[in-house]
Amino acid sequence: METVLAILVGSLVAATVFLMLSRNIVKFLFGLVLLGNAANLLIFAAGRLTYARPGLIPDGAAAPLGDVANALPQAMVLTAIVIGFGLTAFAFALVYRAYQELGTTDTDEMRVAEPPLDASQLDTPAQDRRAA
Amino acid sequence: MTIVSIERPDLVASPHSRLTSRFAGWVGFFLAAGLTAFFASKVPVVAAGETLRWTVDWVPTLGYQLSFYVDGLSLLFALLISGIGAFIFLYTPVYLSAYRHASRLVVVLILFMISMLGLVMADDMIALFVFWELTTITSYILIGFDHDNAKARRCALQALLVTGAGGLVMLAGFVLLGSAAGTFQLSELKAQGFHLAEHAAYLPILILILIGAFTKSAQIPFHFWLPNAMAAPTPISAYLHSATMVKGGVYLMARMHPVLGGTPEWAWILTIIGAATAVVASVLALRQTDLKLALAYTTVMALGTLTMFLGAEAGVAIAAAVTFLLVHALYKCALFLVVGIIDHGTGTRDAPRLGGLARAMPITTAAAAAAALSMAGFPPFLGFIGKELKYEGALAIASEPGLAITAAVAANAMMVAVAAIVGLRPFFARPVATPKVPHEAPFRMWIGPVTLAALGLFFGLVPPLVANGLVQPAVASVLGAPQVVKLALWHGINLPLLLSVVTLLLGVLVYVRHLQIRDSLAAFEARLPTDTDRVYDLSIDALKDLAAWQTRLIQSGVLRRYLFVVFAVVVLAVGGTLLMKDGLRLPQAWPDVPLPVWGMTALVLAGAVLTVLAKSRLLAICALGSVGFGVALIFLMYGAPDVAMTQLLVEILFVIIIAIVLLRLPRFGKRTAGLGASRWQDGVLAVGTGLVTTALMLAATRGPIDREITAYFEANSATEAYGRNIVNVILVDFRALDTLGEILVVAVAAFAVVGLVKLRQRRWRAS
Amino acid sequence: MRSLILSTAVHLLFGLMILFSLFLLLRGHNLPGGGFVGGLVAAIAFTLFAIADSAAAVRRVLRIDPRYLVVAGLAVALLSGLFKAAAGMPYLTGAWVHPGGLPLGTPLLFDVGVYLTVVGSVLTLVLTMEEER
Repeated sequence: METVLAILVGSLVAATVFLMLSRNIVKFLFGLVLLGNAANLLIFAAGRLTYARPGLIPDGAAAPLGDVANALPQAMVLTAIVIGFGLTAFAFALVYRAYQELGTTDTDEMRVAEPPLDASQLDTPAQDRRAA
Repeated sequence: MTIVSIERPDLVASPHSRLTSRFAGWVGFFLAAGLTAFFASKVPVVAAGETLRWTVDWVPTLGYQLSFYVDGLSLLFALLISGIGAFIFLYTPVYLSAYRHASRLVVVLILFMISMLGLVMADDMIALFVFWELTTITSYILIGFDHDNAKARRCALQALLVTGAGGLVMLAGFVLLGSAAGTFQLSELKAQGFHLAEHAAYLPILILILIGAFTKSAQIPFHFWLPNAMAAPTPISAYLHSATMVKGGVYLMARMHPVLGGTPEWAWILTIIGAATAVVASVLALRQTDLKLALAYTTVMALGTLTMFLGAEAGVAIAAAVTFLLVHALYKCALFLVVGIIDHGTGTRDAPRLGGLARAMPITTAAAAAAALSMAGFPPFLGFIGKELKYEGALAIASEPGLAITAAVAANAMMVAVAAIVGLRPFFARPVATPKVPHEAPFRMWIGPVTLAALGLFFGLVPPLVANGLVQPAVASVLGAPQVVKLALWHGINLPLLLSVVTLLLGVLVYVRHLQIRDSLAAFEARLPTDTDRVYDLSIDALKDLAAWQTRLIQSGVLRRYLFVVFAVVVLAVGGTLLMKDGLRLPQAWPDVPLPVWGMTALVLAGAVLTVLAKSRLLAICALGSVGFGVALIFLMYGAPDVAMTQLLVEILFVIIIAIVLLRLPRFGKRTAGLGASRWQDGVLAVGTGLVTTALMLAATRGPIDREITAYFEANSATEAYGRNIVNVILVDFRALDTLGEILVVAVAAFAVVGLVKLRQRRWRAS
Repeated sequence: MRSLILSTAVHLLFGLMILFSLFLLLRGHNLPGGGFVGGLVAAIAFTLFAIADSAAAVRRVLRIDPRYLVVAGLAVALLSGLFKAAAGMPYLTGAWVHPGGLPLGTPLLFDVGVYLTVVGSVLTLVLTMEEER
């Protein structure tokens, strides 16, 4: 059963990579959402899959009857989903603000932090400074 | 720096800043004076052959101890550092009283003094390195005190880079030495003796450590930083660049003498480099008109001489080095302080513009004359004894006595001339008009040079005092064996005395002709194609070009390229590991999966493909939603209702938020389709990453799983935590601390969005 | 954008959804549900309200800034761990009482903190973005 999820996660990651390598930052964000789903499925499947038997303890029993789904990765994935939501919402707000400031959603044009270098921007050589 | 012209009113001292700098000066003075008294009280104990030690555990797991020990060598240095320091702390606040930030300088000076004391007392090589770099850093701040001046900044940075780089090289040598000898304690290394000379790593160790010593002590070809460091205020130069810090390298060589010395390599390197440094520096000293620069070059010359003598094995050569160290510290520091007084009192320190100051500055004149005579080596000053001993030592240098004698005589003759130029000429030559009317310095400025010069005379008259108390124990530390040192003014008529006479005659000759010599040297210098200072500039520029080039290469600033590299590395590293460790686990049979799961898998796959291909934003959002929806149903089918519910609800919110934001962003343009070729590469990389992920997951889920923790939760959820939904019990009870961290992250994300959006609105309104 | 159908439906459904979210929160310890799920349901209720009516209307209904909900939620979650910690047990150890056989404990309080934090955070996000014109 894990095999199917492995292929599914691989496909989601492939889609993610392709989207993230796009020049459009919005597509990058779509990739981020897909990657979150892929990661959650991966963690979920890493705890092994049990079909249709949730980790609940019946009334009156002290422990679950028989094999039930692994609850530990479920707890991890649950919080990961909520955190992923917070993160993605923040990323969208960031992209929105960046668009307001820079007027573009093309990552090749978002070069405020690392502007393209040209020779005139280089520091003056030390030899010239020595004369000062 | 010039002390007279202050153009920046914000740098002029206020009454308050004057008070704080005086206070800091007194703190430094009493600290230094107290330390001097303490070290002086230990002289008899150490002279009797004992060593003092203090130990503190530093990094016990690595075997590093912060241990200090004081033998004869350390004690001599410690006395010089604290004793001269006391006078510097008296002098500096007065000298810089016009400057607002003088108190900062004094505080850094205190730090420097403590670091320097740590350097000469450290037993552990790592501790020695740390103190070594602390003196480098504090000296950087001190040289760059006049930080509005680009030249001062450049000189400070140069000193930092040269000595700092040397220090790093030295650290490499220390680590090699420590692992070769099995200990980092200098005292234990010394006890091991000469076994290291046969070690395979001996030569690398020697060269690495000597590079450290040569950069610190300004030996050729690293000498250029020291004259440039004269950008520092004069008392700083007097302290750091004549008496203490630059002697750090000399100290290291003396310390390593019993460990690394006694080999032909040691002797040759030290003798040749030392002799070359001494001769070149003494010639360059004559070339200068700035009194301070002339002194700086004679300091380089003195350091070269010390290095040359430390290359020798003979007891008398080491005795010559130690005696000269003391002599030099006394007269050179006095002369620097005198130059500071001249600068302070007349407004210039340019030799041609000075003359006839003896009448206006009688006390300073006396101090200067005494120091200059000691420097020139006239009896009965300690300088004379030192010079005689040098000639005796040079004759005893086994490897190359001819070279040593020639270098010593030549350098000493130049010293006679420079001593006359700096110490006598400004006071006794024909009076010249100076920028300010010359006046005598206040007491706190002249007390230092007067005392130091007087000590040079006093020790010369009573040589056994120094010989037994300071020189003899220090020589014993350097040689690693007790050594009898006898100092005397009169040795009878012998070769050293003859050489002394020759030196004096030569020196006087050079002094008489020094103006012509200076001019021809200047003309010669102008014809030189390059000098080391320029080489330094070229290498710094080359380094910056290299940095710019590799930054352009690696930091392209284009997100796609960064990500491409990251994903490619993931594919190669993870995929390569899986292949090499035989981790590929291909499924053996067609997976046995219930039909609904196939349906959901198809839904998710279709959504993913559609998200990639979508040309419109709305379609992409719907496709993304179907992916989330399908994943939620997969969770539900495999027994995770809580996760499924969370995922569904989050999916709803996602769509709402994405819709809100996307409506304000531009439509997908044509350009997003990208350039055909690059997207083709992206596609290959994407498929590769997906395949590697699948392979990784197959490998990870194939082995047995340890459900110990889940078993614990299942067994205790109902009985201990009164909950029958195990997932929820884990979240709010068993692993509640994790959950606490997670809701904190969610809260931070929310507040960050508010900050992003709202703060700008406020800024716009304000503008 | 006002839609009569949506706005009418939301006004009818809003109270129901809030009630349902509290129900999910309280039953979470024994059956699927809990603070995260309940908090998300409540947040969606408010979000729908904001879309159907306006962000300002949601703020009126809430009466307090959702950021205070975040702070309150974090405070409740933090404090719930102190009961047993005061007695020297590890922080966040559950403390229980059984009035009439009904187990009440600090993990439930902790879940309330989670609920409030989630509602507050999501509403802060949504309202901030929605008001940004």
